[in-house]
Amino acid sequence: MNAFLAQLLNGLDKGGAYALIALGLTLVFGTLGVVNFAHGALFMLGCFCAVTFRYFLTIETVTIDPTKLSPWGAPVEVRTPLVQSWLGDWGAILVDYSVPISVLFTVPVMLVIGIAMERGLIKHFYKRSHAEQILVTFGLAIVLQEIVKSFFGANPKPQPIPADLRMAADVGAWFGMEAQKLTYPLWRLIYLLFSLGVIGAVFAFMRYTTFGMVVRAGMADRETVGLLGIDIDKRFTIVFGMAAVVAGVAGAMYTPLLPPNYHIGMDFLVLSFVVVVVGGMGSLPGAVVAGFLLGVLQSFASMNEVKSIIPGIDQIIIYLVAIVILLVRPRGLMGRSGVMES
Amino acid sequence: MFSLSRKDVTTLAIFSVIVLTMPIWLSPLGAAYPGLMQKFAIYAIFAIGFNILFGLTGYLSFGHAAFLGVGSYTAVWSFKLLSMDMIPALIFAVIFAGIFALFIGYFSLRRSGIYFSILTLAFAQMSYSLAYSVLTPITNGETGLLIARDDPRAIDALLGVNQTTSGMPTPSLLGFDLGGYGGFYICAVVSIAAFFLSQKIFASPFGMALRGIKSNQTRMKYTGFDTKPYMLTAFVISGMFAGLAGGLLAVTDPIAGAERMKWTESGNIVLMTILGGVGTLVGPVVGAWLIKYFENIFSAINVNMLNAFFDFLPEGMQAVMVTILSKFVGEGWHLTLGLMFVVIVVFLPGGLVEGTERLMRWLRRRSKERDEPTGQVASGRTGNE
Repeated sequence: MNAFLAQLLNGLDKGGAYALIALGLTLVFGTLGVVNFAHGALFMLGCFCAVTFRYFLTIETVTIDPTKLSPWGAPVEVRTPLVQSWLGDWGAILVDYSVPISVLFTVPVMLVIGIAMERGLIKHFYKRSHAEQILVTFGLAIVLQEIVKSFFGANPKPQPIPADLRMAADVGAWFGMEAQKLTYPLWRLIYLLFSLGVIGAVFAFMRYTTFGMVVRAGMADRETVGLLGIDIDKRFTIVFGMAAVVAGVAGAMYTPLLPPNYHIGMDFLVLSFVVVVVGGMGSLPGAVVAGFLLGVLQSFASMNEVKSIIPGIDQIIIYLVAIVILLVRPRGLMGRSGVMES
Repeated sequence: MFSLSRKDVTTLAIFSVIVLTMPIWLSPLGAAYPGLMQKFAIYAIFAIGFNILFGLTGYLSFGHAAFLGVGSYTAVWSFKLLSMDMIPALIFAVIFAGIFALFIGYFSLRRSGIYFSILTLAFAQMSYSLAYSVLTPITNGETGLLIARDDPRAIDALLGVNQTTSGMPTPSLLGFDLGGYGGFYICAVVSIAAFFLSQKIFASPFGMALRGIKSNQTRMKYTGFDTKPYMLTAFVISGMFAGLAGGLLAVTDPIAGAERMKWTESGNIVLMTILGGVGTLVGPVVGAWLIKYFENIFSAINVNMLNAFFDFLPEGMQAVMVTILSKFVGEGWHLTLGLMFVVIVVFLPGGLVEGTERLMRWLRRRSKERDEPTGQVASGRTGNE
């Protein structure tokens, strides 16, 4: 039972990442009708926002302290981050909590990148074929990757979890089980809650604001909304920026779980496409449900008990489930008819 | 059966000449070595086959690399079990890839649009993962399937052919060795045959039916036309071309690995086809050559070569040029490729072939306008919008 719950939690945090990426992807599909192969690159850029943020925070001064000597008699070099020497203890906390705080830095950066991308390139491709959209966004993704690679190199950049959060949460005890029976890394739990929060925020935004209402109307019938005198293109640009932000923060918070390198986005891209399509084209709840579903199933399939019955199942479970769902339900879990079917 | 329209015959002749004279015209471009030219010919076959599905029916398969991989594995098994001759290897590669395509196509073609793409992607990724894990007895996992000296080779043993007394046996064609240029010319001839076949398919009633499905499947169905078998046939033919390409890859280098089935390979062939021009006869071939050329030549350029090239510039200028350009070659060749995709799609809609045609038409119209400045101007302008 405990193993079951632990795997469930495992799957949920991975599912959170899938769901966040798929959510942005399906927003862009639904509003702009663009197959965005650069969406994985946006996730990657988010990861590197966190890396850059920490890099700036940890610019150091090196002073030689003549009073202290290292064991072999040389003077010790003391490295203090500038932030720490300016702000004292607060600076130290800032450096320690760089990853969660970097989200605040990621949001405006990704918003600007997203809007620039849409205005600069994507908007010229609304009326072009999906094949051309794939080619141009794929090219853009490659360019973004290579730029990141030339700045940060090809090696993964591990990011630390804040020291206070670097422990296992006693999840079992919270639900009245025996203490230490079911523990789980706290940061993964935080990631799960974070992703649920972001998903909730996006849904609330789409559901309860006038802006969201207009966008939903635009998704259903773009022309009519335009005829009502609403500048729908401008709204859609902001939606693209929002999708970029969602992918970006998903990446920034994920850095402690998986050290990012320049092609992390491509690795997530294919899976998130599968997630979006399994969820059904043009459906936001579908993308979220499919993200968590596939995450959980993948984590159960990698249990040893399961692998001993069906060898190799952990490698293929996502694709197998995708095939079965698409064959049983023609438009995925919650897809609308006529979206991207031709 | 072998008749073609006059235009097609001309295209075929030009294509044959271009392919067969590759060693001549590629040498100033630095690409005239057999290993690379074989790849040009083989990927041309792959792209031609992919275009029969994507170009004619509009169904975008994202799992075509699976058939390439199956072709390679089958060919190597034929080398191991039957004979080092390439003919049985290629025949089996095509047959097995066809059967595999029949299976995948039967299920995937129940859906259309992006649902079809994801189904093919899922099948291909599953094959890739299985080739790495469970199917290791057949695929030899990460090492890749290799030939060995003491393989049975039933046909060779029966005929008493004993290729070499020392070293590994190499693939052959009726006793002729296929190393170097020999291998290239075999691939070139097969690619010309593949091109001819695709011309025939494009011009046939079958090809017309496929185009009908592409432009309006519902209408085709309403006229009492069962589209399913046509689609499946196109899918299988396209898979067989991929199998042939995979088989040839194994002929030129007798090893088969699972990485040939990965989604990035499927993505590559999609990009090649779109880059050159979907639905045109020569477009996919041009796209395949361009990407393979970049992959092999641009990645090989290093700083020393750049320095030598810009030797005529003053010292400072040379350093600046080399620093800038070195970002785009060698390790950074992907950057050039990515920029090329963006630039080509932005400026040449419809891919290289269609885009160039459009550009030529536009230039011709402009020169005509200049010759007769009155009357025709207005209609000419609206025409190219």
